Amino acid sequence: MNRLAIVARRCFSAKAAAKQTCLIDVHKKYGGKLVEFAGYEMPTQYTDLSIKDSSIHTRKHVSIFDVSHMLQTHITGTDRVAFIESLTTADVQGLGENSGVLSVFTNEKGGIKDDLIIMKTDKDFLFLVTNAGCIEKDLPYLLENAAKWRANGKDVQIQTLDNRGLVALQGPEMAKVLQAETDIDLSKLSFMHTQIGKVFGIENCRVTRCGYTGEDGVEISVDPKRASDLVERLLESKNGNVKLAGLGARDALRLEAGLCLYGNDIDENTTPIEANLAFVVAKRRRETLDFPGAEKIVKQLKEKSWPKRRVGLISGSGRSPRSHLPLIDPLDKCSIGFVTSGCPSPTLNKNIAIAYVDKSHSKIGTKFVVDFGAKQQQVEVVKMPFVPTNYFTQK
Amino acid sequence: MSLLCRAIPTVCFRHIAVRFSSSGARKYTKKHEWVVVENGVGTVGITDFATEQLGDIVYVELPDEGTEIEKGDSTGAVESVKAASDVYAPVSGTVTEKNVKLEDESGLINKSPLEKGWLYKLKLKSEEELAQLLNEEQYNEFKKTEEADH
Repeated sequence: MNRLAIVARRCFSAKAAAKQTCLIDVHKKYGGKLVEFAGYEMPTQYTDLSIKDSSIHTRKHVSIFDVSHMLQTHITGTDRVAFIESLTTADVQGLGENSGVLSVFTNEKGGIKDDLIIMKTDKDFLFLVTNAGCIEKDLPYLLENAAKWRANGKDVQIQTLDNRGLVALQGPEMAKVLQAETDIDLSKLSFMHTQIGKVFGIENCRVTRCGYTGEDGVEISVDPKRASDLVERLLESKNGNVKLAGLGARDALRLEAGLCLYGNDIDENTTPIEANLAFVVAKRRRETLDFPGAEKIVKQLKEKSWPKRRVGLISGSGRSPRSHLPLIDPLDKCSIGFVTSGCPSPTLNKNIAIAYVDKSHSKIGTKFVVDFGAKQQQVEVVKMPFVPTNYFTQK
Repeated sequence: MSLLCRAIPTVCFRHIAVRFSSSGARKYTKKHEWVVVENGVGTVGITDFATEQLGDIVYVELPDEGTEIEKGDSTGAVESVKAASDVYAPVSGTVTEKNVKLEDESGLINKSPLEKGWLYKLKLKSEEELAQLLNEEQYNEFKKTEEADH
C-alpha cells in the first residue's frame, strides 16, 4: 500500500497551515473527510456517499460542491477589457453583457499560466474566477500588470473578493431546486451567463450558469456569512434530491466531462492547441495576436504543427491508467506519451484517462498500451467528453 | 516430524512454540496488509484502515495460483475511483488460491476486509518471517501514529 502512504502524506502534510473556507463547519457537521488541497482544508467526500455513488448522484439528481477556495476577483476601470485581453486569449470586447467564457492566461512560450472564467457583467467590472492552486502566481501577476498599465496612464484596478463563498450546485435537478428559491429567471439564464439576485432571501448572490461536472449547474457567489445558510437551505429542498459532494466526485465528474485540471492536464509547458483547447483562442485574437505567446500559438493552429496533443483514452477492463504512467506503442516499444489524469469512470464502468501523445498517435481509434511496469493495458483514443455534457444552452 | 522431535527435542519445542504463537493470529505490515497463517498456509488481505483510505474498491488485481512471491514483492493492486495502490506480500511463498469472488464483487474488500475480502492464499516458505511482522497491538499503535501524521 505504498502509493496510499504517499497520497496521504501529500494530501495531509500542510494541514496545520491550511486555510479554511466559510463552509468549514458544514463540512465537519456532515462528516466531510478533510484533506489539504491547494492550501485549503477541503472535503474529498462525506460519510453518506462513496466517491462513486456521489458522482452517480450528481448525474441523476443534484449535488452541492464548496468551491470557495477558488479566487474571485473584480477588475474595474475603463480599460478593464483591454487589460484582461492583454493577458488572455478571450474576446471580451465581443462578449454580450452578463456573459462570459473559459479562457487561459498564457506565457511568452505560449504555455498556460492558468485557466479562468471571465464574466463581463452589466456593472462596471469584470468578474474572474481563477484556480486556488494558482493564487500565488495569478494575483501578483494581475497586480503587477495592472500597476504597469496605471503607470502608462490607463485606468484598471484589481479587487479580490477575499473569503467570499462560492457554492456550485450541479446536476439535472438544479433548476427545479433553485428556481423555487430565487428571483432570477433560470429559464433565461443560459450556460456561461450570470445574474445577480436573491437566493433563499439572501441578497446579492451572483448566480453564474457554469460548472465543472458536464451537467447543467450554477455557481453561486455569496456573502461568506450566509454561505452555510445557503447550503443548509439547499439540502432541505423538497424540489430535488440534494446532497453534498466533495473533491473526489468533482475530479471524477470533470474527467468524465473531458475537462482539464490545471497542474495535471495543462500547465506552463502546454499550449492551448496542444491541450486541444483551440476554442479558447478567440477568432479576433488570432488576428490581433496581442496576447503573450500569440505567435507560437497561432502558428501551431494554422500549420497544425503541434508536437503533442491532449487526447481521451478508454479501456474496458484491468487497471486504470493514472497520472504520470507512460504510454507505449506495442509494435516498436517506443514511448509515445504519458497519462495526465485517469480513473475508473463511475458512470461508464470503464477506465478513462486524459493523456498527451505524439501527433502520430493522436487520431481517434488509435490503440496502444499503458505501461504499469509489470503489466500493460491496452487503451484506445476516443472523443471527449467521455460522458455527454448536459449544458443549458438556448438556440 | 516425530523422528526429528526425538532426535533434537530442543529444536522441536521451539518449533512448536512458534507454531502455537503464530497459528491463527493476524499479523500486519506497515503498508497495511494482513496475513493469518494456519497449517503453513497464509491468507492475505488489506486492513480496514487501508480500505477506509482508498474508499470504494472498484477493481482488484490478484496473483495467479502457482506464482512464487518474495516478501515485499508487489503482488497486485487495489483501485478505487480516487486512487490505485499496490499490494505487497507480507511473507514469501507460493500462491495456492486467489479470491475469485472479488473479480465480480470487489466491494467485498470494503464490506469485510478481514474476512470475506481476503485477496489470496499462499504456502509459506518460512514461518520465521512472521516474527518480523506486527501483531495486532503493535499495528494499532502504528496506525495511531499514521493517523496523527494525517
